[in-house]
Amino acid sequence: MDNALGTSPDDVQFRFRDDEVADHAAVTVDACCDQTNATAVRIEPGDDARVLLPFLDRLALVEINFPSFGDGRGYSSARILREAGFTGELRAVGDVGVDQLSHMRRCGFDAFAPDKPLNEEDAARAFAMWENVYQRAVDGRRTIPQIRHGDRA
Amino acid sequence: MYKYDSYDQEMVDARVEEFRDQARRRLEGSLSEDEFKPLRLMNGLYLQLHAYMLRVAIPYGTLNSEQMTALGDIADKYDRGYGHFTTRQNLQYNWIKLEDTADILADLAKVEMHAIQTSGNCIRNISSDHFAGAAHDELVDPRPYAELMRQWSSFHPEFTYLPRKFKICVIASEKDRAAMRLHDIGVQIVKNEAGELGARFYAGGGMGRTPMIAPMIRDFVPLDQLITYAEACLRVYNRYGRRDNKYKARIKILVHELGRDEYVRQVEEEFAHMLEQGVEPPREELERIKPFFADPAFEDGPKTLDRSDPDFALWVDRNTNRHKHDSYVSAVISLKPVGGIPGDATGDQMRLMARLAKQYSFDELRIMHTQNVVLPHVKISDLHALWTELEAAGLGSPNMDSIEDMIACPGLDYCALANARSIPLAQRISERFNASGKTEKLGELKLKISGCINACGHHHAGHIGILGVDKKGLENYQLSLGGSEAEDTSLAKITGPGFTEDGVIEAVDKVTDVYLAEREGEERFLDTYRRIGMAPFKEALYG
Ligand code: SF4
Repeated sequence: MDNALGTSPDDVQFRFRDDEVADHAAVTVDACCDQTNATAVRIEPGDDARVLLPFLDRLALVEINFPSFGDGRGYSSARILREAGFTGELRAVGDVGVDQLSHMRRCGFDAFAPDKPLNEEDAARAFAMWENVYQRAVDGRRTIPQIRHGDRA
Repeated sequence: MYKYDSYDQEMVDARVEEFRDQARRRLEGSLSEDEFKPLRLMNGLYLQLHAYMLRVAIPYGTLNSEQMTALGDIADKYDRGYGHFTTRQNLQYNWIKLEDTADILADLAKVEMHAIQTSGNCIRNISSDHFAGAAHDELVDPRPYAELMRQWSSFHPEFTYLPRKFKICVIASEKDRAAMRLHDIGVQIVKNEAGELGARFYAGGGMGRTPMIAPMIRDFVPLDQLITYAEACLRVYNRYGRRDNKYKARIKILVHELGRDEYVRQVEEEFAHMLEQGVEPPREELERIKPFFADPAFEDGPKTLDRSDPDFALWVDRNTNRHKHDSYVSAVISLKPVGGIPGDATGDQMRLMARLAKQYSFDELRIMHTQNVVLPHVKISDLHALWTELEAAGLGSPNMDSIEDMIACPGLDYCALANARSIPLAQRISERFNASGKTEKLGELKLKISGCINACGHHHAGHIGILGVDKKGLENYQLSLGGSEAEDTSLAKITGPGFTEDGVIEAVDKVTDVYLAEREGEERFLDTYRRIGMAPFKEALYG
């Protein structure tokens, strides 16, 4: 049953990782905490990403669902996982549009499976949109204030 | 004032190009209106009753002559020759064509301006004290801190799709001229006992349909943790703010429902975590920003003036504010001519104000949340020459903080959400009180008018507030008394049943009569109301 939950590797339109694409055996956050062998999980907007922190070592894939792009809770979920050291695939799924891609990248997403496939050219432009950035996030980029003050990140 | 470096400029230019591309996709039809809407909103473009409206950000209300001139030129080139200054210290153009917007944004970018995050569910333009850097009573200039927060909040990757819009205000004096505690987050720069500067945080204030005064959530945040603490406040809100009901989605509801203490506990927990993440910009950044706001080269000069012209003397008494240098004052240019539209200025007037700023005020202007313009640093010896020019241009109304200096939102004349018109009401009230000479007798009286429950006209914070409501398809007005947006923040209470347009004007007249009959000593309307309570006013209105 739970197998029907996740997106299939075929749905992934953009991926910024070299490792093998994890299969789509995603379970819910609740199921993940109960099951000791789940390697992929799917976070819904109302889930607390922090309950996953004890299990990060065994997770290869975390999908974060955006039922509507205007619900921005998934950005915090993603960042929280990366801040806790999660290195597996962080996949944005659902209502993901061109205009969200750059911020999602900054919050730690490295794979994207939008419901509606995006125009490749528009997406490429969106990923490259910000030459520099103001804030520290989890993408390891040096910020404008750091560059201004010659700080090597 | 702050000057962009190549990085700031590049951010704004990138955004113009992004928006040009989005507008192109919309015009070509590859973006639907539903998809385009949140994107245009992030760029300050609203679809109103008659046309698109573009809202331009004026960070912490500060701008220079070149920028003001550009705003005037845009009004002439792309709009109908005027613009409207808002209670967010911004400027709105009411008659914009979608095809022109990318070009307007490009014109703005040339003078280091933009419309970024002036709408949408993100961190909005940061507001501040309009007398910042000039007022005699401030601890420090709050604008370097506001600028630090401006950069942090621009294109913030985590906080672009918040439950609802988010407004931050930064001040640095005990006197609150910016309605700080009616913001989602209010920051007051303070000194602790050790003499160090830090930030006092308030959270969960706001107007709208459920007005609330923000409680203090932290007494003192060290300056090198300012951004980190703000980040923690926002993260808790982004994760737990309500998204099921747009009317309950502001942070004030979260703080209210959790209770201040529980919200504080969650923020502190997140803050401790964030401190380990190292999100704070390097300390040198604040030091880099500060010199941009250094005092201009003030010169000693005459400290008194010739008051033999009574009109001039009245304007000086009403429209100037004490400066930290005793040879200067801050001069308020009223955008409330009798019978005019509060906050509107023509392109010509904007260019004139720009020139006067250059000539008399070290090239600087400020926008007030009361929809007026300030020349922050005017030599006392230049005041008469300045006033003469303002008078000639219809900008010399001596009415700051009087009943004629009312705030009014655009209302049903422009706004798609309005229940009732605000502008004609404002016009009629100022005409009536001016003609009867009552304005003068009433002294400080803050009247605020909103065309609907969204409260853009701050009616909850008016000594007298008027709210337009829809009563069986007819415009109707509720009257409320006793609000204040100053350091003695309070929310106004409704008097009782509403009134027609004519009726509410009569009602304002009656409550001011009660005040004149009851006032003791130097009491303002608000003081008298607080002392005698609602009953005598109710009696006069409904008895
Ligand atoms: S208060 Fe209502 S009518 Fe007035 S500008 Fe705001 S939304 Fe429009």
